[in-house]
Order: sequence, then structure tokens, then C-alpha cells
Amino acid sequence: MTTSNSLVYLIALPLLGATILLLAGRRADKWGHILGTLMSASSFAVGLYQLSLMLGRSTEERPVGQKLFEWISVGSFKVDAGLLLDQLSICFVLLITGVGTLIHIYSISYMSHDKDRRRFFAYLNLFIAAMLLLVLGDSYLNLYVGWEGVGLASYLLIGFWNQKPAYATASKKAFVMNRVGDMGLSLAIMIAFATVGTVSFAGIKEQADQTSTAALTAMGIMLLVAAAGKSAQFPLQAWLGDAMAGPTPVSALIHAATMVTAGVYLITRSNFIFDAAPTAQLLVVIVGAITLLFGALIGTAKDDIKKALAASTMSQIGYMILCAGLGPVGYAFAIMHLLTHGFFKAGMFLGAGSVMHGMNDEVNMRKYGALRKFMPITFITFGLGYLAILGVPPFAGFYSKDMIIETAFNAGGIKGIILGLVTLLGAGITAFYMTRVMILTFTGKARWDEEAHPHESPLLMWIPMAILAIGSVSSGYLLSRGDALVNWLAPLFEHEEHHEELLAPIVVSAMALVMVAIGVAIAFYKYSRQEVAAVAPESVSVLTKIARQDLMQDRFNEAVIMRPGQQLTKVLVKTDKAVIDGAVRGVGRLAMNSGSALRGVQSGFVRSYAALIFVGATLLIGAIWVVVQ
Amino acid sequence: MDAANYLYLSALLFTIGAVGVVVRRNAIVVFMCVELMLNAANLAFVTFSRINGDLNGQVVAFFTMVVAACEVVVGLAIIVTIYRSRRSASVDDASLLKR
Repeated sequence: MTTSNSLVYLIALPLLGATILLLAGRRADKWGHILGTLMSASSFAVGLYQLSLMLGRSTEERPVGQKLFEWISVGSFKVDAGLLLDQLSICFVLLITGVGTLIHIYSISYMSHDKDRRRFFAYLNLFIAAMLLLVLGDSYLNLYVGWEGVGLASYLLIGFWNQKPAYATASKKAFVMNRVGDMGLSLAIMIAFATVGTVSFAGIKEQADQTSTAALTAMGIMLLVAAAGKSAQFPLQAWLGDAMAGPTPVSALIHAATMVTAGVYLITRSNFIFDAAPTAQLLVVIVGAITLLFGALIGTAKDDIKKALAASTMSQIGYMILCAGLGPVGYAFAIMHLLTHGFFKAGMFLGAGSVMHGMNDEVNMRKYGALRKFMPITFITFGLGYLAILGVPPFAGFYSKDMIIETAFNAGGIKGIILGLVTLLGAGITAFYMTRVMILTFTGKARWDEEAHPHESPLLMWIPMAILAIGSVSSGYLLSRGDALVNWLAPLFEHEEHHEELLAPIVVSAMALVMVAIGVAIAFYKYSRQEVAAVAPESVSVLTKIARQDLMQDRFNEAVIMRPGQQLTKVLVKTDKAVIDGAVRGVGRLAMNSGSALRGVQSGFVRSYAALIFVGATLLIGAIWVVVQ
Repeated sequence: MDAANYLYLSALLFTIGAVGVVVRRNAIVVFMCVELMLNAANLAFVTFSRINGDLNGQVVAFFTMVVAACEVVVGLAIIVTIYRSRRSASVDDASLLKR
């Protein structure tokens, strides 16, 4: 493999930025945001440079590696801290640093009133560094370091305003639920070590043929658990909604464009495991299908604009996971949707941030309305993202989402039909809730609070939004033109076998558009033709009530995991006190009690001492006598 | 005469001394009983020396006598001091070291 010495700068630059900003403290308050943005931008520049180098090489020589140092060397088990930049990593590197830099720029203005802006940029840089390590690591262990790093950065950023207890709790919730997934990843690494004997991607790929299907299935399932935790997939999805407690740029970068897509990266990167483990692959598809409907249903009932977008993120990542679970035919489309989603969802989150910026941080969409006239740029950029997520041609989502629906239909047999219908239904619901967000926010009558004075956001905020909007419009076409992305990624995956096409692409697109039209029409009927109540109506169907409570995900977790867990803890504490502490204290008490009992012997009477000496001597002599006899 | 008889006598003297130490309260008597026990031991040493036909036991008996003499000097001095301060030579009265 080609080696390159400049890969490390991708990670080192933002890491250096984070270190300087965190160590310099208040001294860096004046220039911290500029340094942070520059570090992110220079990392992006290194990424572009690497891309240009990669384009100049032939297909076989495109992946480049860099060995940093020997990390672990125990007997035959060796792990080097090494980086790997191949066709898949470069997509992520450019997405992370590109969108990351835009969001840095946006945050300069968005966070300008926050006295902790420097700390915010330090965490953002830390996140960029960790996420780059995640996608550049050449083994599962290196990936794991980045995986934990983004978890930490996510925790720090969700709880950035941790003076509010609810926000601090939200960050803790995200961290704890992520730990469940992390455990899956560490178990997968352990299984790989125990059965294959190596944890590097190349090593496992080489030996995948000789490894038992059972081991690969176990690894696949554990990797799926990891992906579900990080990507907020069923059944570990409950943290994403609460993660919206973080500042909006964080939601855009971490909880929409990059970190939550790490699960998709993990599954795509582990294609050699999943291709050889059909059971695990089927589970991936099921998880994706459930989540895409789950997220979409939650999205229909949320009045909080950020939570509606978060539910939508969950649902869209469900699409990607589903597609990645369909095997070699799906990986490239999952990545394509990931990239286009990175553009339009980050753009919409920034739009939501812009709306909040103009509305005194109000997030309730029922208190918006008629903002189109006051925030024209936000309306246009958000609207382009909206058209992209709906999959209206020729916007980005049309190319990526239609490919997923098509792949799902062509998965073969009854499975293909079910998956196709699920993805179609998801597209319809997506159209409904996104139209609802648009109508409630930008059209209709103003339902603002009295002190609200909506205004367009400053230049530094709308330029990133505009760039992301351009991406939302064009990225789908650019990536799918001549199957550009598919051919680009093809060398990494098994050669795909051709399925019988169940439905022609044009039929699928037509069906998807019909579903979208139905969704949009229902939303218009419900929210545009009728008055929107400023307070969410109480007399609604049971389904709506359930959806408002996130389909009972928290109640379920509390009833099934939390309370039994607390009971178990209580029992364990009691057992600990009674048995473990009891034994330890019992020994102490035994010594004390026997001591005070024996103290009675110390009477001070010489004669009793003498008598005891006689008794002792007699016993001793008797004992010796017995032994000698 | 059978040497064993001396050993019986030694054991008898030792027992009398031991019982005296445990039973009597007067420090002087207790002291005398201790001396009796020491001399019972001396008698046993000398007897074994005779039985074995060497001088080791007799030498030890001399050592014992020297040590006993020293002990008597120190012991009587203590008893006299106690009597002076407490007006009593009872060992039970001098039980100040309890607990």
C-alpha cells in the first residue's frame, strides 16, 4: 500500500487547536474562535490535497496508509497506531472537515453572545479530531479510540449549557446510552481478537473466509449494537431527541451530519464481516427498517423544531442502515444518502438555529408562523433542504433516497417487497412531517410571543447555510452522475451480484413521488387550511399522544431497564452491606469481643497469674508428653 | 537406695511449693514457697546428675543457688518497700495492675 506522511495532519491540526484553546483558558477568548475555525479549515485543505493525490493514482493504488507508532505488542498480537485513507474514508474526511468548517464559521456568529465561546470551539475541534481518527483508523482498536472520543465530545457539547439541570441530564443520558453501544464494539473487538487473532481491517478481511460463520455473526451483531448506540437506532435511539439540548450548531454537526452516521460507517467498513454473516445482515436491515418508521412517526408529533429534525435524522439514518444491511448492492447508496443527508440536514439544522436566533431561542413551532417574510434567506436555504429531504427531483435526496427504495424493492422475494413498502411509507411520512415543519415555521399567521422581533441572521450565519443549500441541491446529481460514487467505492466491496429487478427505476421513482405528494397534501390539509393552535391540542388520538411521548421509548427503557436495574442495584447494595461488609466487620468485632472477654483475666492478683502459669505449664508438659509417647 | 525416691521427694516439694504460691496471701510465705520450688528443682538436677553419672546437673544446681540468692535480695527488698508504703505484706492487696 502507498504510504503518506501527511495523513496525521488531518487529525493533528484540530487536536492542536483543541489543546491550545483548552490550555490557554480565558487568554484565548479574543481569538479562540478564529484559531478553531482555521484549524478545521486547514484540516479540510489537507483533505482536499489528499483527494487530489488520490485522484491522480490508479484504482489499486488509491488507499494510502501511515504507521504512526507501534501501539501494542504482546506475543503474536500486534497493533500499530496506523491511519488508512481509502475511497471510503476520504468521503467522510471531506464531509467532516467541510461541513465542520462551515459550522465553525456559523458558530462564530451564533455563539457570539456566549461568554464560553472559546470553550465551545475547543470542543468542536476536539470532536473533529476524534471523528477523523474514527474514520481514519486502520484497525477496530484505532477506530475505537475515535469512537470514544466523539462520544466524549458529544457529551461535552450536549451539556455545553450544563448550568441547566435538564441539559446536564440530557448529556448524561446520551453518554450512558452510547456506552451500551460502545460495549458492543469492545465485545466485537474481543471476539475478533479471540477468533481471528487480529483486529485490523485488512487482517480480518483476509481471514474472513477461514473464520467460522458463528464468530462472524457474533461480531456482526455486536457491531450492530455499536452502530445502534452511536447512530441512535432502535433499540438505543432514545438519547437523540434529548441531545438537542446542545447548541444548534452541535446538533447540525454532530447529531445530524457526522457523528450519528458513524454507525453507517462502521457497518460499511465491516462489509467483509456482514457479507459473510447473513443473520447479522438481516438484523441490520430489520433495525434500519424499524428505526426509519419509528423516527418518522415521532417526527410527526413534535412541536419542538429541533426535536422534529432529530426524529427525522433518526429516520434518515434508518434508511442508511437498512441500505447498508442489503449488502454489496447497498453500501455505496448508503454512503451516498449519508453524504447528501449531511448537506441537507446540517443545512436545515442551521436554518432552525437561524430561526431560533431571531426568535429569542424559542423552539416551539406553534409559536412561529409567517417567518418567510422576515427571514427570506433562511426560508430559501431551509426550503432547498426541505425539497432535498423529500426527494423531489432534481434535488439531492431524489437521487440518494430513490436509490435506497429501489435497492430495497430489488432485495428479492417477500423481504424485498416488505422493505420496499416500508421505505416508501417512510418517504410519505417524511414528506408529511417536513411539510408540517415548513408550514408551521414559515407560512400562515404569526403566532409569536409579544417580545419576539424576528430578523434575518448575520452574514457569517447565512453563508454556511447557503453553501449547504447549494450542496443540498447539487450533491445528489454530482455523486450519482455516471454512477460516480458507486464506481469510486466499488473496489472496497465484494463484487455485487445482479438481482432480478422487481420494479423499473422509473416506477419506483413515480411511486415515491406519489407517496411524497400524498404526505405533502395531508400536511397542507391539516396545517395550512386550518388554524394552527398556539398550544398543542389535548384532544388528540391515542396514537398522537403516544407519538408525542416518543412512542414510549423512555417509559419502555425506564420500565424494562432502569427500574429493574435500580432494584438489582439495591439488592446488590444490601448484599454488599450484609455479606461483604458483614464479614469484614464481623472479623473486627470478633477480635474486639474476644479481647474484652479475655481482659477479665487481667485481675492484678499475682496468685491468679501464678495459677494460670501452672495450668499453662502443666498443659504444655502434658502436650509434650503426649507427643513423645 | 533407689534414686527414684529422690525424684518423688523433689516432685512432692515442688507441689507443696506450687500450692503454697497459689494459696497463701502473705508475700513472705509466697516467697518461701518459691524458694522451695527452686530447691525441689535443684534436688531433681542433682538426682539426675547422680543417675547419669556426670556433673552437669550439679553445676546447674550451683547456678540455681546463685540466681536464687540474687532473687531473694531483690524480692525481699520489694516486699519490704511494699510493706512500708502499704502497711501490709498481702499479695492480694497489691493488685494495682488490673485492667
